[in-house]
Amino acid sequence: MATFIDRLTRPLVDENPVTLQILGICSALAVTTTLATALTMAAALTVVLCLSGLFISLIRQHIPHSVRLIVQITIIASLVIVIDGLLRAYAFEMSRRLSVFVGLIVTNCLVLGRAESFAMKNPVLPTLADALGNGMGYSLVLIVVGTLRELLGAGTLLGRPVVATVAEGGWFEPLALMQRAPAAFFILGLLVWAIRALRRSQAEAPDYRLEATEEER
Amino acid sequence: MSERTGPWRRFLGLPNTDPRKAFGVTFLVALVCALVVSSASVLLKPLQDAHVERERQARLAAMVAALPAMRELMEEAGVDALETRLVVLETGDYETATNPAAFDPVAAARDPATSKELPPEADPAGLKRIATLAPVHLLERDGRLALVVLPVSGMGYQSLIRAYLALEPDLVTVAALTVVEQGETPGLGARIEEPDWQALWTGRRVADDAGRVLIRVVQTPAKAPYEVDGISGATRTGAGISNMLAFWLGAHGFGPFLDRLKREGG
Amino acid sequence: MTELLFRSIFEENLALSFFLGICTFLAVSKRVETAAGLGFAVIVVQTITVPLNNLIQTQLLSEGAWGWVGLPEVDLGFLKLVTFIGVIAASVQVLEMTLDRFAPLLYRALGIFLPLITVNCAILGGSLFMVERRYDFAEAVVYGFGSGAGWALAIVTFAAIRERLRYSDMPAGLQGLGSAFLVTGLMSLGISALAGAGGP
Repeated sequence: MATFIDRLTRPLVDENPVTLQILGICSALAVTTTLATALTMAAALTVVLCLSGLFISLIRQHIPHSVRLIVQITIIASLVIVIDGLLRAYAFEMSRRLSVFVGLIVTNCLVLGRAESFAMKNPVLPTLADALGNGMGYSLVLIVVGTLRELLGAGTLLGRPVVATVAEGGWFEPLALMQRAPAAFFILGLLVWAIRALRRSQAEAPDYRLEATEEER
Repeated sequence: MSERTGPWRRFLGLPNTDPRKAFGVTFLVALVCALVVSSASVLLKPLQDAHVERERQARLAAMVAALPAMRELMEEAGVDALETRLVVLETGDYETATNPAAFDPVAAARDPATSKELPPEADPAGLKRIATLAPVHLLERDGRLALVVLPVSGMGYQSLIRAYLALEPDLVTVAALTVVEQGETPGLGARIEEPDWQALWTGRRVADDAGRVLIRVVQTPAKAPYEVDGISGATRTGAGISNMLAFWLGAHGFGPFLDRLKREGG
Repeated sequence: MTELLFRSIFEENLALSFFLGICTFLAVSKRVETAAGLGFAVIVVQTITVPLNNLIQTQLLSEGAWGWVGLPEVDLGFLKLVTFIGVIAASVQVLEMTLDRFAPLLYRALGIFLPLITVNCAILGGSLFMVERRYDFAEAVVYGFGSGAGWALAIVTFAAIRERLRYSDMPAGLQGLGSAFLVTGLMSLGISALAGAGGP
């Protein structure tokens, strides 16, 4: 039980898929202009992670090494197609806003990465814990970025006004930059910096160290 | 687990390096996935289509209901919905043989028998192919036109935009523009679906006094009656809307229909 | 067409405007040589797969494609994800074999990254955008080449910057990934300025 909880919580900060493992970034950034799209994407990805982990782990003993990538991709792709179809049938508005990015979950390095490195080698229950944990870690990052981008970029949260913008006679001037591509990178960079300031073990060692000069010695 | 003897057990017992196992596993996985995906798609399709259709109807009804005086007009005329009729785009006449309720514009646009291809010079909206018939929605009162609603579509920045353009009886003043479907950039081009932006269209004119169709979205502050303020950061979505309207109000779209209405009045 | 070409390289850069292929983008950008090799491979794969997928989409998968056989209602669009990936995987396999035969040095330098192109979201994303924007075959060829070239340009430039960043003195928390994100953000900002007055 302890390992189950541990596996569930470690990917939240200590081994966060986005900020440490550098996985799953592609579809993470483009859909975080609003919190609602970020949440939908996070939910969709977590579901795919868990289900694909489940199925792959179930048949892992019988997947030959030579065809493992194709089998994994087929399972993941089928899951994504079904989820995309469900979204279009029951949450039409949302699926329009997510456009191609739900489909891109198929090549999301996080899903494939966890399938290849964990689900292929572990039984079902640990795989589920790992998948859920990574899904939540990924969702956490998406929620942070999505919240910041929507709040600072439009003054709303989930579509509801939170700060009175200048256009409505208030004081807040929305930062248009937040809606554009670069903002997500900046927020992520600063987030990584913050995490590594708190968890020094995650910081990367520099390739070169500048020697102290004569005056400084 | 029940004892399964014979071929299945033997197959599972094969070592993973055996090419027969590789082939078999891949085939089985593909088969199962194909079945799941196909069933899901077939089961969900009616729901998805119904969604699209319901959405469109709802937008149309909402648009009309939001127009000032339209609701009273409709009550006076004793109707609670607009009348849909099919128009032969080339001549502008009404087509009476086909039932408007059964007409599917999307399917008609694909069938070579009921559609025509557009040469690039005549296709500013990037539609490539359109049906020869198109539905229009009318509100008549005392035998005279009170409102004409034209369904329009065109390529925006990265998606197909579908909208309804409602015209006043003079067929030049815009009563409303409602965007029904779009997949533009969230927070930028997608804001064409916001009521605040759509409200900018009410009262604009589609053409100048000489009858030239000039209505368009501009990035500089709109001055002339046929200009509408664009959304900053969404220039190409705005251009898509301008091209869409230019096409559908022109000779290959509803132009002949509108000309005929102006001449004959109904 | 030239407008489409320049747009796909700069304004709609798959890496810097749409964040596609970022995982590989960050992982393979430590040296300019490997980045250039990967960029070249991406251009080739993209130029082959986008038009190929376009043909498959219009002739086999989209609604009405089977009309010539008398089945105009058949709509296999839901299969496009799996089919496109299959095409991409096959193209990468062929490219691998060609490189191994004709350019073994490059093949060895790229190593593991060549098969990784199969799951590069930029490659699949290019094909999916092509479908959504309804390009015809000629436009698909131009877009395939342009989008691949744009991604390659982005990764090579990024690698060049990172090679120099190795000598800078920065806070421990920013070292590596943190600075990589910030630099990519700045490059993304620069590219969006190139998008012309008003931008997309």
